[in-house]
Amino acid sequence: MSDIATTAAETPAAATGKRTMTLNMGPQHPSTHGVLRVVLELDGEIIEKATADIGYLHTGIEKQCEVRTWQQVVPLTDRVDYLANLSNNLCYCLAVEKLLQMEIPAKAQWMRVMLTEVTRINSHLVWLGTHALDIGAMSMFMYCFREREEILRLFELFSGQRMMTSYFRIGGLALDAPRGWRQAMERFSKLMPERIDEYENLLTNNPIWTIRTKGVGYLHLDDLLDVGVTGPMIRAAGVAWDIRKDEPYSSYEKFDFQVPTRTESDVYARYQVRIQEMRESCKIIRQALDGMPEGPVQADAPHVVLPEREKMKTQMEALIYHFKIVTEGFAVPAGQAYQAIESPRGELGYYVVSDGTNKPYRVHMRTPSFGNLMSIAPMLENRLIADSIASLGSMDFVLGDTDR
Amino acid sequence: MLPEQDIKETRVVQALEQTEPGAVLGGKLALGELTLEVPPDRILGVCRALKADQYVRLASVTCVDWYPMEPRFEIVYHLHSIARNERLRLSVRVDSAHPEIDSVHPVWRAADWYEREVFDMFGVRFRNHPNLTRILMPEDWEGNPLRKDYPVHGHKYSYQNE
Repeated sequence: MSDIATTAAETPAAATGKRTMTLNMGPQHPSTHGVLRVVLELDGEIIEKATADIGYLHTGIEKQCEVRTWQQVVPLTDRVDYLANLSNNLCYCLAVEKLLQMEIPAKAQWMRVMLTEVTRINSHLVWLGTHALDIGAMSMFMYCFREREEILRLFELFSGQRMMTSYFRIGGLALDAPRGWRQAMERFSKLMPERIDEYENLLTNNPIWTIRTKGVGYLHLDDLLDVGVTGPMIRAAGVAWDIRKDEPYSSYEKFDFQVPTRTESDVYARYQVRIQEMRESCKIIRQALDGMPEGPVQADAPHVVLPEREKMKTQMEALIYHFKIVTEGFAVPAGQAYQAIESPRGELGYYVVSDGTNKPYRVHMRTPSFGNLMSIAPMLENRLIADSIASLGSMDFVLGDTDR
Repeated sequence: MLPEQDIKETRVVQALEQTEPGAVLGGKLALGELTLEVPPDRILGVCRALKADQYVRLASVTCVDWYPMEPRFEIVYHLHSIARNERLRLSVRVDSAHPEIDSVHPVWRAADWYEREVFDMFGVRFRNHPNLTRILMPEDWEGNPLRKDYPVHGHKYSYQNE
């Protein structure tokens, strides 16, 4: 948190005679989606300087990771980006599995792909609903949260939790898919494309929506790359860079999907990219349902994966492994790994350092919101204050993801 | 760790030898990830050369505290080239007596918040950073929470007796 004066007050007239007003936006402003404080220097209606002040949601997750065993870190990753829990689970698990050089069974990989795509739709729905609400399309929020409720029910079906799922574990999934999962996913994959049509009917050609978003929040691609922006914002500026395509993980190379791009790099283009991404996610879910392989959902690694309950009652080794994993966890070979995945917001990267013990030596989360939020100053400065809400909304940041 | 020759043969190291001779002290290619060790006084030059070599993105800057080993702090830079679809990790060690290094903010503006975070959490200072202040912790916070000698539990103040 920076050392900016906490009260909104007029600054004294400078030697040039120019007067600016300092305005605090947040940390409790409804359009900041969390606790973000932006200090605006205003000259009339023009923003002269915008300074983001973050850290209100800092919970020391990286420090807590260092005192937990490798598997115990998984529930912490849920709480980093609380709208894309499974993406965080996946990224952490992939990073540790890279250090362990562990082979994950095909079914677990496909399940991971399917559920992270559901997560992407979930995250984009919350973004779309709140972003439209900020701009004034209030009914969008209700429609988006109607479908989000379906998704949360799916998560509950799979993991027993609506939000903090922890469904992906080091070595595979926590549990095999529950009874009735296929029917539930089939229903969802049929329903979702129609619902996206509904959203588009409401917004895409809506004159108020287009006036509020077209040409607003423009940033040149070079600026975006320079300040570290990733994900849909970069793709709305014309770069077809998607980690799912370029550095495929968890068998994404087996799926056929497009990387939607636009070139306008404004709020409207970001809206279009995210809507198209939801459609592509539906296609991936469809493919995952059609081609879901059979087999186990956990790797054959008895020192990492908890044994089956039945084996524990009949096999001495299984009981020993269970006792060892539960009491002291498992050691991970010394080394460092950086795993990047395409989260709904952009590049999510876990940098994991092991010193060969049963706890991570260091876990750093390169979260997409942190990188994207750095574009706040170039995007808001020298523009109208009325456009700041639309610009902020188009970044799609989550403050838990920013502050960790 | 692979023999030194393997690193020297990589394209990026050979390109760096041309522009910044002797800047790569060593490194390793493990788990498909290339790490280069760079001396602290060369980091700015190396980053300039790498940015010219299509590493347009700075994905993150972070730090690992190897307490009580010296040099204690390992500053880690993750670079990414979209055009070549390559990633690269730079590792710089600075000691606890002078935890100071040049800021790479002139090369990538993205370094701004990442370096502030490292300053906040580890107390490593970045020379020529435009605004080196705490970013996540309150500005009057004492200590650097992610250092290994900083406790995980415990309160400086007791709220129970108030």
